[in-house]
Amino acid sequence: MNKTRASGRTVGGLRTLTLQAPAVTLLMLWMIVPLGMTIWFSFQRYNLLMPDMTGFAGLENYEYLLTDPALWSAMGTTLLLVGWVLAITVVGGTLLAVLFQQEFAGRGIARVLAISPFFVMPTVSALVWKNMMMHPSNGVLAWLAESLGLPALDWFSSLPLTSIIIIVSWQWLPFALLILLTAMQSLDEDQVEAARMDGAGPIAIFFFITLPHLKRAISVVIMIEMIFLLTIFAEIFVTTSGGPGLATTNLAYLIYIRALLDFDVGIASAGGVIAIILANIVAIFLVRMVAKNLED
Amino acid sequence: MTTQRTSSAPPAVRSLPVKQLLLTLVGWSIALIIFFPILWMVLTGFKTETAAIADPSFIFSPTLESYQAVQARSGYARFAMNSVVVAFGSTFLALLIAIPSAYAMAFLPTKRTKGTLLWMLSTKMLPPVGVLVPIYLIFRDVGLLDTRTGLIIIYTLMNLPIVVWMLYTFFKDMPKDILEAGRMDGASTFQEVFFLLLPLTLPGIASTGLLSVILSWNEAFWSLNLTSSKAAPLTAYIASFSSPEGLFWAKLSAASTMAIAPILILGWMTQKQMVRGLTFGAVK
Repeated sequence: MNKTRASGRTVGGLRTLTLQAPAVTLLMLWMIVPLGMTIWFSFQRYNLLMPDMTGFAGLENYEYLLTDPALWSAMGTTLLLVGWVLAITVVGGTLLAVLFQQEFAGRGIARVLAISPFFVMPTVSALVWKNMMMHPSNGVLAWLAESLGLPALDWFSSLPLTSIIIIVSWQWLPFALLILLTAMQSLDEDQVEAARMDGAGPIAIFFFITLPHLKRAISVVIMIEMIFLLTIFAEIFVTTSGGPGLATTNLAYLIYIRALLDFDVGIASAGGVIAIILANIVAIFLVRMVAKNLED
Repeated sequence: MTTQRTSSAPPAVRSLPVKQLLLTLVGWSIALIIFFPILWMVLTGFKTETAAIADPSFIFSPTLESYQAVQARSGYARFAMNSVVVAFGSTFLALLIAIPSAYAMAFLPTKRTKGTLLWMLSTKMLPPVGVLVPIYLIFRDVGLLDTRTGLIIIYTLMNLPIVVWMLYTFFKDMPKDILEAGRMDGASTFQEVFFLLLPLTLPGIASTGLLSVILSWNEAFWSLNLTSSKAAPLTAYIASFSSPEGLFWAKLSAASTMAIAPILILGWMTQKQMVRGLTFGAVK
């Protein structure tokens, strides 16, 4: 056993290299070329509408961006969006995972229904919510409010960011639920039973056994969601287009506006660099955690 | 006296049906509330446009006119074809590139394997918006804007880390003895992979492929930014309902239902494997 493994390793070095070469080379190009270009452009004067204006810009693009109120508003929006969606999906997902872990009639089907929104493409979820659910006069929510004698709400003009948060949470709550339900399966039932014998109530069991057990899965959910939520785009694109004003413009949408609507490559790239830095702060923690997991 | 005793003695048994009923009720209510927008969309697709904007009602005479209108007027089939070609094309390419790599990592690991895996994972963390500008410019200059080929390239690269990672976890779970026996019998690496590894790990490869198809099918950042009319997949086509046409709720619903139905079913089938792929094996 040992012998084959040892010989496999010495011969394997070269084979491993050739077998991995296509994937590694492609990913290397995919990462380095655009990343290098983004960083390069971020230091250039480069606007597609003004072809004469070229040259090294130094930190001008960053200076412009960092003193632009739109950037700070977009950062605030990004944080609010990420923060709220995380809070809703993680707390909701944990509670739902506990609920759907209990035995009840038709649990399998109920679970499948509850995780379904995660498989719906973002443009569909956003448009279904915007029109059929949240429409101020014909939407289901307006009809519900009216039947309860409440005034109907014009969601996207009076609570634009809240509306986006609701839509995005609806998409990601099932993700949290799916991951946490899977993690629940490895919960030691004997331990729960023993605690119950010792007189622990359901709330104590939840806080002292279930929650600690889910700790790792919850942090994985938080980090993966963060990476995706930092650059939410399609949901904003098809509902509010970042408005009214800048109310729902997050960092991703701002970069899109600067790049493909204003054609200012330099400034959009500087924005891109900022987005990359933000994502990397999160990514470092996630990679570390996965690395720790690889060891066991 | 006796009735009182029986009611107080085994409380656990007595409360069980009530608890059971309550759980069933709460569980189903929540599941249905979460699922409601999808259900409502499916129902609206079978209504007339007038019924679609009327007061919400579950009772209506179903019609297929919206489905027919979507097919006839907007050329739904073309967008669907784009989605199919792009999702399956990129998945096929990703598997082709990833299988040798995952094989090497699982069966011929070196000191650098772990580092390579983690590095691959980290490429997934690059926010797409950070590289939108260069990709857009490159695509414009080489004529890949609004082409299926362009999207296939992007999606292949986008999913490659997840595909390698998932295949790696499936390959690693495979008993090494079988491969070794094959090697003893004089199988080449090629034979080993094609006649032993691939048939034995087919379920794992299939679920990896399905995850890649699902992710490509639903991707909406690159498709919205890199395609316009020719190569637009369903995500981009549905987005076109966001302006004036959004008023046609029944047609929007019919188009959306057709766009999500295949993926919803695939998603239901592969939930478990999906967790493995989406969390990079951190939650099993």
